[in-house]
Amino acid sequence: MSQINRIKGGLIDRSKSLNFTFNGKSMQGHAGDTLASALLANGQVLVGRSFKYHRPRGIFAAGSEEPNALVQLRAGAAQEPNTRATVAELFDGLNATSQNHRGRLEFDLMAVTDLMSPFLSAGFYYKTFMWPKAFWEKIYEPAIRHSAGLGRLSMQEDPDTYDKGFLHCDLLVIGAGPSGLAAALAGARSGARVILADEDFAVGGRLNAETLEIDGMAGADWAIQTVAELAAMDNVRLMTRTTIYGAYDHGVYGALERCTDHLASANGKPRQILWRIYSKRAVLAAGAIERPIAFGNNDRPGIMLAGAVRTYVNRYGVTPGQRVAILTNNDDGWRTAADLAKKGVEVRVIIDTRDAPAVCDVPSARHIRSAGVVDTAGRRALKRITLTDGQMIDVDCLAVSGGWNPALHLTCHQRGRPTWREDISAFVPGTDLPQGMVVAGAANGQLALAAALAEGRKAANVQVKDLGFTVSRNPAPKAEDEPQDCAPKWHIPSGKTRAWVDLQNDVTVKDIKQSHQEGFRSVEHLKRYTTTGMATDQGKTSNIPALAIMAECSGKTIPETGTTIFRPPYTPVPLGALAGRARGTDFRPYRLTPSHEWAKANGATFIEVGNWLRAQWFVRGAEAGWRDSVDREVLTTRQSVGICDVTTLGKIDVQGRDAAEFLNLVYANGFAKLAVGRVRYGIMLREDGVCYDDGTTARMSENHYVMTTTTANAVLVFRRLEFVRQCLRPDLDVHLISTTDAWAQFAVAGPKARDLLRKIVDDTQDMSNDAFPFMACGEVTVCGGTPARLFRISFSGELAYEVAVPARYGNSMIGALMKAGEEFGACPYGTEALGVMRIEKGHAAGNELDGRTTAHNLGMARMVSDKKDCIGNVLSRRPEMLREDAEKLVGFRPVDRSVKLIAGSHFMTKGDEATMANDQGWMTSVAYSPSLGHSIGLGFIKFGDSRMGEIVRAVSPVHDTEMEVEIVSAHFIDPEGERLRA
Amino acid sequence: MIINHPLLGPRDAAEFVYLGDAALMDRPDWQAENAAEAFYEYGYLRDNIAGQMQELWYHEQGDRSWLVVTRDTLTHEITAVEMARDVARARTSSKELERSI
Repeated sequence: MSQINRIKGGLIDRSKSLNFTFNGKSMQGHAGDTLASALLANGQVLVGRSFKYHRPRGIFAAGSEEPNALVQLRAGAAQEPNTRATVAELFDGLNATSQNHRGRLEFDLMAVTDLMSPFLSAGFYYKTFMWPKAFWEKIYEPAIRHSAGLGRLSMQEDPDTYDKGFLHCDLLVIGAGPSGLAAALAGARSGARVILADEDFAVGGRLNAETLEIDGMAGADWAIQTVAELAAMDNVRLMTRTTIYGAYDHGVYGALERCTDHLASANGKPRQILWRIYSKRAVLAAGAIERPIAFGNNDRPGIMLAGAVRTYVNRYGVTPGQRVAILTNNDDGWRTAADLAKKGVEVRVIIDTRDAPAVCDVPSARHIRSAGVVDTAGRRALKRITLTDGQMIDVDCLAVSGGWNPALHLTCHQRGRPTWREDISAFVPGTDLPQGMVVAGAANGQLALAAALAEGRKAANVQVKDLGFTVSRNPAPKAEDEPQDCAPKWHIPSGKTRAWVDLQNDVTVKDIKQSHQEGFRSVEHLKRYTTTGMATDQGKTSNIPALAIMAECSGKTIPETGTTIFRPPYTPVPLGALAGRARGTDFRPYRLTPSHEWAKANGATFIEVGNWLRAQWFVRGAEAGWRDSVDREVLTTRQSVGICDVTTLGKIDVQGRDAAEFLNLVYANGFAKLAVGRVRYGIMLREDGVCYDDGTTARMSENHYVMTTTTANAVLVFRRLEFVRQCLRPDLDVHLISTTDAWAQFAVAGPKARDLLRKIVDDTQDMSNDAFPFMACGEVTVCGGTPARLFRISFSGELAYEVAVPARYGNSMIGALMKAGEEFGACPYGTEALGVMRIEKGHAAGNELDGRTTAHNLGMARMVSDKKDCIGNVLSRRPEMLREDAEKLVGFRPVDRSVKLIAGSHFMTKGDEATMANDQGWMTSVAYSPSLGHSIGLGFIKFGDSRMGEIVRAVSPVHDTEMEVEIVSAHFIDPEGERLRA
Repeated sequence: MIINHPLLGPRDAAEFVYLGDAALMDRPDWQAENAAEAFYEYGYLRDNIAGQMQELWYHEQGDRSWLVVTRDTLTHEITAVEMARDVARARTSSKELERSI
């Protein structure tokens, strides 16, 4: 097929031909074409099928407001559904396919739904798929899902990359049409930092689509000259192919820049960039969007907005038809007729709904007054129109103009309400604009050129003057105002013939009337009941006609009927752009411990703990599964010595004269009497009395403490400590630093721990049990002078130390410890062995401190001091929190020792039915204890501490299991604590 | 949103963590006779005003200061930003003043 509809003129580069395919058919266009203009040039009028009735549809508009021409671009993983052909820039090798049809586009099998349309009116789904209930999930939903929807996802991973960025400016100008260019020029000349953004790939807005003159030259040339001037100024950033899609608080705007969508390949560059623009002021010059008039069968391919027809002719050198009719209710529609006639396109008839004389002379065109169109014919393309008086006219294109609506969307993103202007029959921006925004030009209802230019310049001047810049003296560009008279006409009564209001969602005038009859009268209800104004175009062409018809039905005025709320985004933003680089393993950053590389080289499997990657276990030799490794690590530690990287635990440096008083307030137990060189275990409560976190705090010197928190709560505890320090007790002299990343810390545990550390810690520190007993701490040096901290604390229940060195020595330290441990057969252990040993010892961890349990539950109620204030003190003493029958933390072992306990099981007294009413508690942690040779568990059970030896049932309906377990002490290993004091 | 930090100037709200009603700074006296009732109200009964409200924001991705931000919850207009420490100090000293009188 050749470019049969290509005519002279236009802003395309005819020296550059671009090959593309549509539904496999090879076609040609030129640089500067959109996919839509190239399709029209090739005579491809039918481009898709409608959403609900599968009606043949063509290109309706020439910009981002397009409701009809949604196509699938590219193939394979890069396939993108629901792309508006009107904004897809043509490139060589572009591959587009039509959507929403079964079989060929020309013979869609689903078109049968159109015959069923009498049954498919508003609310069809709500009314029809009601019964029987059994059909909802199995029959109705799959069937509806199969027939609904437009394009298809590739179901493959997106091969493109997306970036995010931040920009700052004094003045953001949204839209590079006449008023936007005038605004940018005025702003830039004052010296302000200006960003000018436009969704189009060419600047100029409607100047490119019109034959208007500015300063004695063609409008499009003036735009090029203006952009050249702006581009030469280093205080201006020009952003084409960039949609400002949302206006957010305090002058923040969301922008989507399409960097490589117009290229055959991204060549490794980001496809799109999501910008956050921080502006001090903004000028919204987004222009206006033409609206259609509804009449019988007004959805056939070839029926288009009049401004769009003009755009294709003037900008792209393409005529959408050979015999064109114009239907208008305003002066602007006549300009389309005049422009077409000038380009030699036959305009057969101008149908004006007004009883008014001709606006301009259009040779060869008949002018019919006070008339309209009531029906059209043509199966896959328009062939004929029928007028109100019954006469039929053969045409292949009908250009419709129902007046223009200011593109005021961004003025309403913060709940601003537009106001109605009777003279242009349109909503214009209200007074409650987003902070720092001024609206200019057509977006403000200023539809004529000279006025729009003057308003753009003035708006920018007002803004920059307010920011303290000196306004330039340059006058506004000279131009003439076009005639703009408009007499509202929303729909033409067309008998029983369906008249479309929303082309994207197949909503007709009748649907809106029916919605009113059935009581869905608020515009918000109308929208949801009929689906008008939904989906990719968000009703840019249909919303106002729809609510005008609703107003007619209810006898109210249009402003009384009101609009629905405009929300971001203005046009669709791909999820890929919103995600940016944060996907897959880059979803969030990882934190690595200082011994990470060593662990990786030594067989570690890693697990995510918060943002950290921690070694879970280390595989040795022929170990077949994780249990083999974990059992060996536990036994080696208990029999000799094991080493574990515990750097991830939160570390907070607490210093100051009042540090002790501060700790007394944040911990439930007392810290005032902790001696220098000693460590104490502490629990923190929430203000409601529930346990929050636990850890140890060491007093390094008189006014210096080192606190540790759990890995998971490190950030939250620090936040809370700062809250206490700044908001509750600003009188205290205390200072906090998070030092989690500053120190690499290793637990050295097992009967040989002291022997091992004697080889590491320099002789200046006496390591004997008397000199450095359980819960001692101190500053030492290791490996011949390296500064270090030594703590004698034990999570495993063994004789154990934690040694901390500045993080940069962490990698060396693990090497030195392992070398020193060789003679004892030392092994590294991971979080699994750590977990097994703490369960064997009966230490509570995250599973027990789950945000529901109290110190009373944990058997630590006596730790909550009543002699001092602490966070959570008062509310932890509420009677309900101290119930005698509260669940208490105890140990469990299976009666049949070969059985594996299951965490999450609930306890039932023997003989009781397994119901919620009989629930006695639950199992929190289980492990296989290699030391004991069977499964063990921790859990909470009512009156637990007084039920030792009782046999209860552990029931897990989720696993469909039930087993008998014995209640035992939580301290499975060394209940007297002899090992850790050895 | 942009919060005009008293020390660091305008900063994006994304750098902050939100806590809520600044009344959380008025922690009751644990030894008062009505302590249980007072802590119950402190912990559970917070205001959520449609309009101007004093709120606590924490500059976690910044200098880690807690701020008292006066914000209109309907329009997001921020009319005052103070260091919570200064606010707390002022309140403490006014309480002490009351006691001494």
